[in-house]
Amino acid sequence: MKYLLLLLVCLLPTLSYAGQATDMAADPVLEKRMIGLAENLRCLVCQNESLASSHADLAEDLRREVREQMKKGMNDQEIIDYLVSRYGDFVLYDPPVKRYTLVLWFGPFVLLLLGGGVLIYQLRKRKSQIVETKLSDADAQRAEALLNESPELQNKPKAPQA
Amino acid sequence: MMRFILPFVVFMIMAAFMYVGLGLDPREVPSPLVGKAAPAFTLPQLHEPAKQFSTQDMKGKVWLFNVWASWCTACKDEHPVLMGLSRQNIVPIYGMDYKDKREDGEAVLRESGNPYTLVVSDTEGRVGIDYGVYGVPETYVIDKQGVIQYKQIGPVTPKNLSEKILPLVKELQAK
Repeated sequence: MKYLLLLLVCLLPTLSYAGQATDMAADPVLEKRMIGLAENLRCLVCQNESLASSHADLAEDLRREVREQMKKGMNDQEIIDYLVSRYGDFVLYDPPVKRYTLVLWFGPFVLLLLGGGVLIYQLRKRKSQIVETKLSDADAQRAEALLNESPELQNKPKAPQA
Repeated sequence: MMRFILPFVVFMIMAAFMYVGLGLDPREVPSPLVGKAAPAFTLPQLHEPAKQFSTQDMKGKVWLFNVWASWCTACKDEHPVLMGLSRQNIVPIYGMDYKDKREDGEAVLRESGNPYTLVVSDTEGRVGIDYGVYGVPETYVIDKQGVIQYKQIGPVTPKNLSEKILPLVKELQAK
């Protein structure tokens, strides 16, 4: 009895999926094409979801609409135009280059150039601040002595003293 | 000194952008339909489903087209404003009960009053799609030539009514 109950509980998630199947059943090829298109379209109700993944009522209606237009033989561009004429460029995840999307498209590059310019300017300025100083003879000798005293030599076990 | 001024200026510019951003409503999607002809439709009336209403009937009139539903909570806030407007008899309000059961829509109007000259029902939500409806309530101001002149996304409030909608309606009526 206990195991039967457990089995039933395990089956619960499969039940909850049953609802989605009705949508997809009719024509898997068309459904795939619809989802492919809808993934690049934004749902207007839950704005950070695509039309393909949203469960909002409107998204379902729009998916139905897209499906029907595909059945009518409209191509993807015609369907996109249909949606844009109603909801504006907002539905596109890939907005067209227009006067008011210039900042969106090219702003990052302007910032990159600006940043690069500042970086180059700063590096040049720093380079000019470096003053070459001549090593004095005494310092040169000390450095020479330090370099000759190789660390390997120092770390070697000392030869047993006679 | 420059070390402090420059970051401060950059910060102020960013802060200004963000401050403006705070006041923007991301839910307000500018409608491409403003300035275009209102999509034509013929739909059954809510109260008398046997009768049809067509946008053709509205030629020559300035009218408000209000999309609402019984399941929409913001519509309940908007309702008294529309009631007040209808009492003033300035402009006819035509309602569209959007994706709703006929009985539910009728019940709402019976219980809290009917501000509409006429209500049509769009049970399937197809006309809603034609009008680019994405969140009810939405209200369109349509002129004598049948062109959409303004779209109010979200409820009509006393503020946007007196500042935007009514002045526009009067201007359009005078034309």
